[in-house]
Parts: sequence; structure tokens; C-alpha cells
Amino acid sequence: MSMRYITLLRRFLQFNILRELAYRGNFFTQIFQSLLSLGFGLLGLAVIFDHTGALNEWHPAQILALLGIYQLVGGVINLVIQPCMQQLMSDVRQGTLDFTLLKPADAQFLVSTRQMQLWKLCDIVLGLAVVGIALAHLGATVGAGRVLAFAFVLLAGGSIVYSFWLALATCSFWLVRVENILVIFQDLYQAGRWPTSIYPAWLRWTLTFLTPVAVATTIPAQVLIGQLPWPTLLAVTLFALLALALSRRFWLFGLRHYTGASA
Amino acid sequence: MKTLLAVYRAQLKTSFLLYLQYPASSVLWLLGMVLEPVIYLVVWSTIAGTNGGAVEGYRAGDFAAYFLVLLLVNHLTDNWVYYEFQERVRQGLLSPLLLRPIHPIHADIAQNVTYKCMMLVVMLPAVGVLALVFHPTGHVTWLSLLLFFPSLLLAVFIRFLVEWSLGLIAFWTTQMSAVLQVYYVALFFLSGQMGPLALFPVPVQVLAQLLPFQWMLAFPAQLLLGQVDQHALVLGLVAQGIWLCLSLALMKLLWRLGLRRYSGMGA
Repeated sequence: MSMRYITLLRRFLQFNILRELAYRGNFFTQIFQSLLSLGFGLLGLAVIFDHTGALNEWHPAQILALLGIYQLVGGVINLVIQPCMQQLMSDVRQGTLDFTLLKPADAQFLVSTRQMQLWKLCDIVLGLAVVGIALAHLGATVGAGRVLAFAFVLLAGGSIVYSFWLALATCSFWLVRVENILVIFQDLYQAGRWPTSIYPAWLRWTLTFLTPVAVATTIPAQVLIGQLPWPTLLAVTLFALLALALSRRFWLFGLRHYTGASA
Repeated sequence: MKTLLAVYRAQLKTSFLLYLQYPASSVLWLLGMVLEPVIYLVVWSTIAGTNGGAVEGYRAGDFAAYFLVLLLVNHLTDNWVYYEFQERVRQGLLSPLLLRPIHPIHADIAQNVTYKCMMLVVMLPAVGVLALVFHPTGHVTWLSLLLFFPSLLLAVFIRFLVEWSLGLIAFWTTQMSAVLQVYYVALFFLSGQMGPLALFPVPVQVLAQLLPFQWMLAFPAQLLLGQVDQHALVLGLVAQGIWLCLSLALMKLLWRLGLRRYSGMGA
């Protein structure tokens, strides 16, 4: 059974590679845009650290690591989560989701993996490079344990972000204009550029629990620079599992609503 | 003139009715508009806190006043038509607009005016709440208030014309997202959206003086808050006047050249 899903994933990947290869010029545009967005972040840091040595006890190299993670996670979101969810919403609106539902595989798996914007890999590569440079500047020896913890918390953060998007996209079974909400996520994600500890409590809570921006960027950065206590790591893991389970239930609930409404 | 007024009345009415279809959208847009200034307000206030209360003379309250006024100016000068231009050109949506005996910019202006007025209904209370949270300080005099409105109006027109011209680039390229991103980066740093331009390195300040961005946002805001001295005031109003003429000329030129291309594409 799981073999079949791996095959499916490979097929989706092949299909998306073929599609992107049809527009090769976009590759250069994407590199340009990735570099521009990184440059945008770096310029911001330059202006800020022209006036201070540390932002709320985060030193330049640490904020640089955060910026790299911001770019990396943003890349993952734009690579697969956002395109899939946008396709899902447009399918719901146009009624073309029927074709997906008829296929003999789990519908959540299909809608969450079939669309990829592969050129967005640029953001991921650049983000990783920036994280590497920041670590070199920190001069800290990062052991294998910490790298593992970092990868794990990134995965957990990614799962929470994915669950959040899936839940929002599922709302399109009832509401027609959900795209607006997605734009809001993009805006909120901007806040992840800076450590969430600088924000006033109400905004920090919003960014942690209402929208998972903090979990996706600040917390992985804290793990990487060795600031995060283990209990928080455990809490993030539980939060991720809960988010995945809840969004799955909500999706199934929404799906029942979809068949009831149109078929 | 009389026809133009009638056209505007009709356009305002339609765009108002269109707007009423999804009134809840304004709350969502509001969130997006408010968040960015709040982020940088918090960042600068944090720095002011660690530097013993002020950054180059700006205290937390000054930052709060700056970013809240900027939020309002940003809303009143804001425009999203450049996002739509790509579709207008690619899908040929422009063709029916061209059949009308009036420049399509008027429909956009009317739609924009409606959007601004309707958004103010949610924007003003939000600014009020933010003022309670962040305690802005500043002294608005009658004179600065009096000068603020013409300067704001100039800013509105400059930004509308600049961004409408920006949208016209869609006649020449399909890679609009890259073009818009460049514009967004330049706008963010050089218009004062990231922070008061006085906090930037001198070369950036000089660049900001030469380009239109500052005159569309930071200048009216700082004028209202009395952060502009007499010399800079005169300079700023002159710069706004020059940019109004330049952006109008640019819009007209690009529109003429672009239309020629558009018709070349089969419309």
C-alpha cells in the first residue's frame, strides 16, 4: 500500500519536472526573485544592526540564521503547500475536485502532493546556504544531535503550517472567497523574519497558536543556536501531531459536505 | 467635463455595489495592511529600548506616531491595479475597456476611491486601537495639518500614476511578478515604510530624494508630525510637483506605446 504512494509521489514529481521544463526561462526569473528576496532581508538586517548590536538579545549572526530559516521554510511553502492548496480551492469552486475524489487513492494525499512549483527550490537552497554561513559566523560547534533536533523541529513546524493551510483550504467547501485568507497568511508570515519574542504578547500568541508563524521560523532558529529547552521541543511535537490529526478530521468533515452539496 | 462627472457618478455607484458583495473582505485586507507597520514599529521600539530610549532622537512614541500616520497615508495612496494589468493584457480584458470613449484610468480611479472610503470605516478604528496600544507622541500643529492635505493629495496622484504606469509594463513582458517584486523592494526601503529615512545611510537618503517613493509616503506623514523643517518642506513640495508632472507624462507615454503593442498582438 505505501509502495503505491511512493510511486505516486514519484510520478507527480516527474510530471511537475516536465511541466517546469516547458518554461525554462522561468528558472532565471526565479533565481533573480530568490536573490532579490534574500537581498531584501539582508538590507533590512543591515539597516537594523547599523543602530544596535543586538535585537532583544539576538545577535546579528543569530538573526541571520533566522533569516535563512525564513527563506527556507518560505521556499517549502511556495514549493508545494501553497500551489496544492490553491489548486484545491479552485477545484472546489469549479467542481473539478470530483475527478480527484474518484481516484482510488487517499484524496488528502492527492490534493496535497500533485502540484509543485519546482523552481522554488532556489529559495530552499539559498536559505540553507544562509543558515550555513550564519552557523560559521556563530563559530559554535553544532553537534549531530542538534542538527537532528533542528531537522525534526523543521519537520514539525512544516506539518503545523501544512495543517493550517489544509484547514483554511477546507473552508472553501463552505466559503467561496478564501483566497483573501491565504493572502493574509503571506502577510503574517512576514512577521517570521524577526524573533517573535520582540512582539507584544497579543501578537506573539497570534503568531504562535492562531497562525503557526513562530513555530515555523523562530523555534527552529532557537533550536539551531541552542536556546530551546527540551520541554518546548516536546510541546511542539505534540502540537504538530494534534494539528495533523485535527486538520485531517476537518478535511474529512468538509469532504462530506462537498459531496452533499454538489453531487 | 459634465460627461466626466456623470461617468464618475456611475462608476462610483457600480464599484460601491461590487464592494458590497463581499464587505467582510475589508477586515481581512485590514489585517494585511496593519501588520507590516506594526512589525517594524515593534522592531524599532525594541532597538530604542536597548539603546536607552531613543534611536537618533526617535523615541518609541515617535516611532508609534510615524508608523500609524504612515499606515493611514499608505492606505490612502494605495493602489493594486498593477496586479491586475497582467491579466488585462494577457486575457484581452482591456479590449472592452478600449471600446469606451473614455480613458480606462477613470474607472480605476473611481474604484480606488470607493475602496479607500469603505476601508476607512475599518481602518480608522484599527488605528485608534493601535494608538491605545503603542502610545504615539508628536505635535500636530494647525499649520502642519493645513499643509498635510495638499501634500497627501499630491502623494495620492503621484503613487496612482506611478503604479498605473508600472502595470503598463505588462504590455512588454510576461514576467510581471519579478518586475513587481523589484518595485516592492524599492518602495519598501525608499518610501520610508521600513522606518524614517533619517535612520538610513546617507547614500540611501540621497537616492530617496531623487526617486518618487519618499514623496508618495514618508513626506506627507512626516509633514503632519512636524518632523520636516522649513527648508525640507519647500523642497518636498517642489519635488512632489515635479514628480506629479513626470509621472503623468510617463503614464501617457507608456500608455500610447503600450497600446500600439497591444493592438499588434491581435486586438
